[in-house]
Amino acid sequence: MGEAIDRGRRQLLTAATTLTGAVGVAFAAVPFLASWKPSARAKALGAPVEIDISKLEPGAMLKIEWRGKPVWVVRRTPEMIGRLASVAGFLADPASERSRQPAYAKNEARAVNPEYFVVLGVCTHLGCAPMSRFEPGDAELTTSSPGDWPGGFYCPCHGSKFDLAGRVFRGVPAPTNLEVPPYAFTGAGHILIGLDQGSVA
Amino acid sequence: MAEHAAPAGTGRLAALGAWIDARFPISALWKEHMSEYMAPRNFNVWYYFGSIALFVLALQIVTGIFLTMSYKPSAADAFSSVEYIMRDVEWGWLIRYLHSTGASAFFIVVYLHMFRALLYGSHRSPRELLWIFGVLIYLALMAEAFFGYLLPWGNMSYWGAQVIVSLFGSFPLIGDALVEWIRGDYFISDITLNRFFALHVVALPLVLIFLVVAHLLALHEVGSNNPDGIEIKKNKGPDGRPLDAVAMHPYYTVKDIFGLGVFMVLFAAVVFFAPELGGLFLEAPNFEPANPLLTPEHIAPVWYFTPYYAMLRAVPAFAGTQVWGVLVMFAAILLLFFLPWLDRAPVKSIRYRGPVYKVALMLFAATFILLGYCGLKPAVEPFKTLSVIGTAYYFIFFLAMPWYTRIDSHKPEPTRVTM
Repeated sequence: MGEAIDRGRRQLLTAATTLTGAVGVAFAAVPFLASWKPSARAKALGAPVEIDISKLEPGAMLKIEWRGKPVWVVRRTPEMIGRLASVAGFLADPASERSRQPAYAKNEARAVNPEYFVVLGVCTHLGCAPMSRFEPGDAELTTSSPGDWPGGFYCPCHGSKFDLAGRVFRGVPAPTNLEVPPYAFTGAGHILIGLDQGSVA
Repeated sequence: MAEHAAPAGTGRLAALGAWIDARFPISALWKEHMSEYMAPRNFNVWYYFGSIALFVLALQIVTGIFLTMSYKPSAADAFSSVEYIMRDVEWGWLIRYLHSTGASAFFIVVYLHMFRALLYGSHRSPRELLWIFGVLIYLALMAEAFFGYLLPWGNMSYWGAQVIVSLFGSFPLIGDALVEWIRGDYFISDITLNRFFALHVVALPLVLIFLVVAHLLALHEVGSNNPDGIEIKKNKGPDGRPLDAVAMHPYYTVKDIFGLGVFMVLFAAVVFFAPELGGLFLEAPNFEPANPLLTPEHIAPVWYFTPYYAMLRAVPAFAGTQVWGVLVMFAAILLLFFLPWLDRAPVKSIRYRGPVYKVALMLFAATFILLGYCGLKPAVEPFKTLSVIGTAYYFIFFLAMPWYTRIDSHKPEPTRVTM
C-alpha cells in the first residue's frame, strides 16, 4: 500500500490477460465456424447414386443429379471417339495435366471405357451448366478455335467450349477441362457415381 | 419536439423533458445532431442522397420485417411463399415490390452519394474515416443484396449465387473447402438458403445499422464538406458558430423532406408501373423456380453488381486458374479505401480543380456505366474488348491519381462559401 505503481508488472498482467482472453475467444469461435460445414444429414444425402445405362443409345446422353450437380453419361459412337485425336492441337490441357479427374480417367477419352463418358455438367469457369452441341460443324460455333466445330459442349454463360471428352479449348474463360467425378461400373449395365472404380466389390 | 425546448420552461411537458434529461441526454443529443449541428449553407442537389439513403434503409428494414412474416426460408417452400405474398397476402405485392425496388434504389442513391464525394472532395482530409465507413457500408450493402437475392429461390437467384459462391473456389488450395463451408453442402441447397436468410435478415442489417451510426458520428465530428470544398470552421462568428452555416434542423430537415418527396414520386412510379424495370430490377428467369440442372440462357447479376462482373470477365484464365479475375474484382473495390490518400490535389472541389481531373472523373463515371452495361451483356464482342478497356481505365483512374492530381492546374479557393 502506498507504493509506486509497478508498471512493468501491470503491463505483463494486462498482456497475459489479453492473450488468455484471445485464446478463449478463438476456442469459442470453433463451434460457430464448424457449424457451417456440411451437416451429417447433408453428408448422407451426398452418398453415391447408381445409373442404369443399359438402354442408352449410341450418341445419346443421360443426365442425373448427384450432390445437386448434373452428371452426364454420354455413350460415344466410334466416330465421336475418332474425332478426339484431331482436336488435340486446339486444346488448353489435352492430356488433362491440370484438370480434375480420377487417375483412371486421365487419358485421351477421359474415361475407363472410351464408349461411356461420365462427366460433371458444371463449367469449370464459374459453375454454369454447359449445353451439349454434339453435331459437328454447328453454324453458331464455327468461328471457334479449331475452325470447324468438332462437336462437344458449349457454355452459354461466358462462351467456354469443350470437346467430346470435356477437354477445354484454348482462348475461352474456363481454365481446365470439365471435372470427371469418381465412378465405377458395377456390372449388369450400371454405373455408380461417387465411388471409385476398384473400391466396388 | 418539446424535448429541445429551453430547460427553463415551465409546464408539464418541460418538466417531463427535464425528468428525462436527468436520466438520458435527449435534448443534448437533439441539439448536437439536429438543432445545433451546423451545416454549410451552400448545399446543392447532390446533398440530398445521404438522407434519401437513410430513408431507403428504414424502408428496407420495415418492408423486410413484414416480408419475413409470410416468407419461408426453405428450398421446398421459398419460391411458393413469395408467390403467396404476391397473390394471397393483403397488399403483399406492394410490400414485396417496395422491397425489391428499394434494393435497386438503394444502390442508385449510394452511387450518386459516392459520386458527390468525388465531385467535391468529401473523402479528403479530415474526412478519411467518414469515407472509409462509407465504403464499408457499400460493401455490407453488396453482401446484403447478394444474400437477399437468393431468397426468392428463382432460377436466376440460384445460378447467380452459384456463380458468386464459385468465385471463392478459385482460390488455390483452400478454394474447394471454402466453398463447401460457405454453402454447408455440396451444392447450393436448402442449407445454403437457410443460412443466407439468417445473414440477410439478422446479421447484415445489424452490421449496416452499426456502420451507418459510425458514419453519422464521424460526419458530425468533423462537420460536413460542401460544394466549395473549403472548411467553414475557419470563419466563425462571435458566437463561435461558422458564419457560412445553418442549423441542420429546421433548415436541412425541411430541404431534405422536399428532396425525399421528389425521390418518392420517382420511386412510386417504378413500384407501381414498372417494378421489374424491363428485367433490370427483377430478372425474367427469376419467375421460374430454382433448377440445379438448368442454367438460364444468360446469367447476369443484378445491374448494381455488373461493373465488377464485367471486370471479372475481362481477365482471362492464366496459369491454370481464373483467380486473377476474382482478384481484379476485389482489388477494384479495395482501391476505394485508399482514395483519400491517392488524391494529391491542393483543392478539393471540382469547382477549383484543373481540366485533367475534370476529364478523368467524367471518363470514370462513363466507364463505370459502360462496364455496368457490358456486365449485363453476354461475353461476346464488342463487350469483351470494351470490358478490358473499361477495367484498364478504372485502375488507371485510381493508380495514376497521385500523379495527375499533382500536375493538374487549379484555381484559387474562395475564403467564404459561394452559392
